[in-house]
Amino acid sequence: MALVLTEEQSMLRDSARGLISDKAPVSHLRSLRDSKDPTGFSREFWHSFAEMGFAGLLVPEEFGGSGLGYVEAGVVMEEIGRTLMPSPFLATSVVAASALNRGGNAGQKSEHLPKISNGSLLATLAIDEGAKHRPLQTSLQAVRAGNGFRLSGAKALVVDGHVADLLIVAARTAGSAGEREGLTLFLVDPKAKGVAIERTIMVDAHNAARIELANVEVNADSVLGEVDQGATLLDGVLDIGRGAVASEMVGLSEEVFNRTVEYLKSRKQFGKLIGEFQALQHRAAELYVDIEITRAAVMKALQALDTDIAKAASAVAVAKARAGTTATRAVQEGVQMHGGMGMTDQFDIGFFMKRARVCEELFGDANYHTEQLARARGY
Amino acid sequence: MSDMTGDAETADLETFRSETRVWLEANCPPEMRKPASSDADVFWGGRNAKFSSEPQRIWFERMRDKGWTVPDWPKEYGGGGLSPAEHKVLRAEMARMGARPPLSSFGIWMLGPALLKYGNDAQKKEHLPKIAAGLIRWCQGYSEPNAGSDLASLQTRAESDGDDFVITGQKIWTSYANYADWIFCLVRTDPAAKKHDGISFILFDMASKGVSTKPILLISGYSPFCETFFDNVRVPKSHVVGTVNRGWDVAKYLLQHERAMISGMGERGVGRPLGQIAADSVGTDALGRLDDAMLRGRIASFDVDEAALAACAERAVDLAKAGQAHPAFSSAMKYYGTELNKRRYEILMSAGGLDALEWESERSKQGARPRAWLRTKANSIEGGTTEVMLGIVAKRILDLPGA
Repeated sequence: MALVLTEEQSMLRDSARGLISDKAPVSHLRSLRDSKDPTGFSREFWHSFAEMGFAGLLVPEEFGGSGLGYVEAGVVMEEIGRTLMPSPFLATSVVAASALNRGGNAGQKSEHLPKISNGSLLATLAIDEGAKHRPLQTSLQAVRAGNGFRLSGAKALVVDGHVADLLIVAARTAGSAGEREGLTLFLVDPKAKGVAIERTIMVDAHNAARIELANVEVNADSVLGEVDQGATLLDGVLDIGRGAVASEMVGLSEEVFNRTVEYLKSRKQFGKLIGEFQALQHRAAELYVDIEITRAAVMKALQALDTDIAKAASAVAVAKARAGTTATRAVQEGVQMHGGMGMTDQFDIGFFMKRARVCEELFGDANYHTEQLARARGY
Repeated sequence: MSDMTGDAETADLETFRSETRVWLEANCPPEMRKPASSDADVFWGGRNAKFSSEPQRIWFERMRDKGWTVPDWPKEYGGGGLSPAEHKVLRAEMARMGARPPLSSFGIWMLGPALLKYGNDAQKKEHLPKIAAGLIRWCQGYSEPNAGSDLASLQTRAESDGDDFVITGQKIWTSYANYADWIFCLVRTDPAAKKHDGISFILFDMASKGVSTKPILLISGYSPFCETFFDNVRVPKSHVVGTVNRGWDVAKYLLQHERAMISGMGERGVGRPLGQIAADSVGTDALGRLDDAMLRGRIASFDVDEAALAACAERAVDLAKAGQAHPAFSSAMKYYGTELNKRRYEILMSAGGLDALEWESERSKQGARPRAWLRTKANSIEGGTTEVMLGIVAKRILDLPGA
């Protein structure tokens, strides 16, 4: 498979870019933040997104989706990264749709996937519990109760948690924190008795919530996949999420970089354009190379996910680790090279820095994924 | 969603892959399925070429007969006539089994591509088949004592005399000039023109009267480079490649290939993972992890970057095939690949610890590791320094002002 976009993928990119840059530039995020918008994204825009087939991009055609792959999802995520558009695409269309499609039984799929495709259902994965992403450390308890289970525990950084219509909760049905055995995914109605959801206003002005479950009762049909054997399903779904966030970070990095290079070509000090200074030229050139290399690594990971998810882990670890360090470098250089302007709220560059910080933590930071690669290689 | 043509192409390529795999398995001697242990174990061809072993000879001759010393060159010049996609498959299959290149040659990596683009028919027919068959070993006459990063300020003169040029001057850092049969050389044919405009690209025999070489001892204790002197060397004008005084175009095109070659040094995926090499000497903890957390972290970060660079190298080939490549991108790859290779050897030295410090023992294979470590320091200098590469990226790709 060539590491360049096909003609169809380029067309998808162009239409996503056209729609997003037109309807949701960075000023869209700014106004949602400033007005303390209770939803945190535009439902109206989400419906037009769904009408264009983006909401169900990964959903098979039999459930009303577009039946496309992870490279295509990455193409859309990259465009989202360019304008930092807040939307349910990551949580609902990529992560939750993949979890349902890969782990769901026939009934679960036919109930939820068509609604994801037409934009009427928002769903999200609730995984993290501690300060850092450690999926195997999951300790939210699910104990058997009657015909079903009773769930108790807390989740953090649940993306779109306060607007979701369906929660996919990672819980421990056996074993103890750190073990692969004993993880189970549950579909939980956020309106169920015992569910408490607190919207957390985040540094990046994107949606997130803390969720507490206190003896929440679910029936046996709400198990997604197999009881105690959820780790493999979770690995695949998280890797898909990682590939998507890495794509968002590539788009974000490139946008910051382009804005910064333009600034180097227009800002004058000491009687010349600051872009004439070799100290800045070399740093810009290094950053350009970093972004190009990361873009290739991310594309490689998305193709690996499309080919065989079970064998994609190392490629995904490389991609998410690279995306994290590259985006961090891009936003730091972006602010620094914009000087005092970069420190002002009025200027957009700070939004990119804030979003990059959240993306870095989402589904594991660069250290986490570098560690995963070391383990996979046996040293 | 691929159409019928795509499927047929894919099927052909898979047939080619399986046939290639079978052929390589049957024809590549086991001894040739690991990296060369030293430069003496690399086959460079040439008039005085000697094989270091029988498997080396067999491997070279079988690959030569198939045209696979230069798989993507046209068959009429001794190449394999493979498409870019087939060439990619062959490289992948060779990498899979760890097969080393049958022939190393500046003729293949640098001169050949320049001749294919700028050479006339007679030059291509004369030189390309001899490069493919390893009959002539070439060296590169570019740098001069006062023309390093500022290569275009070179001063070696070529004065017109009837049908000949008479060449006088000095080159430096000429790789293996003392072993080379012919040289491709930049000379100044018009001293009055602006510095980029009066240069010609010319080929001549190193056995010509007036050519002499003197090896330079490096920090590695080896002498892979020479000073090369020209004292009234007479060369027919027909040996100029491209147009007289337009040699800079040829020179720059060739440099792109040289940079691609050097950047390739940074992505050698075969062999044991660095982390395991380190674990052999440093040891492991109770969990089986490398017993030096900081070194382990450095290696893991290196592995991330190496895998990402390999993807980027693959993408660069695919972009070129799709006609979307930026011509200066080889400078970006050269910069990153050489810096990465230096990192690799810093890690190897740290991992080897005291054992990596021996210089002249049988145990250390005559100090193979420290000598290789020191050799890598030239990677970010030769073929254009890191600083020159970053300048090219800034100017030609990012279009920054005044660069």
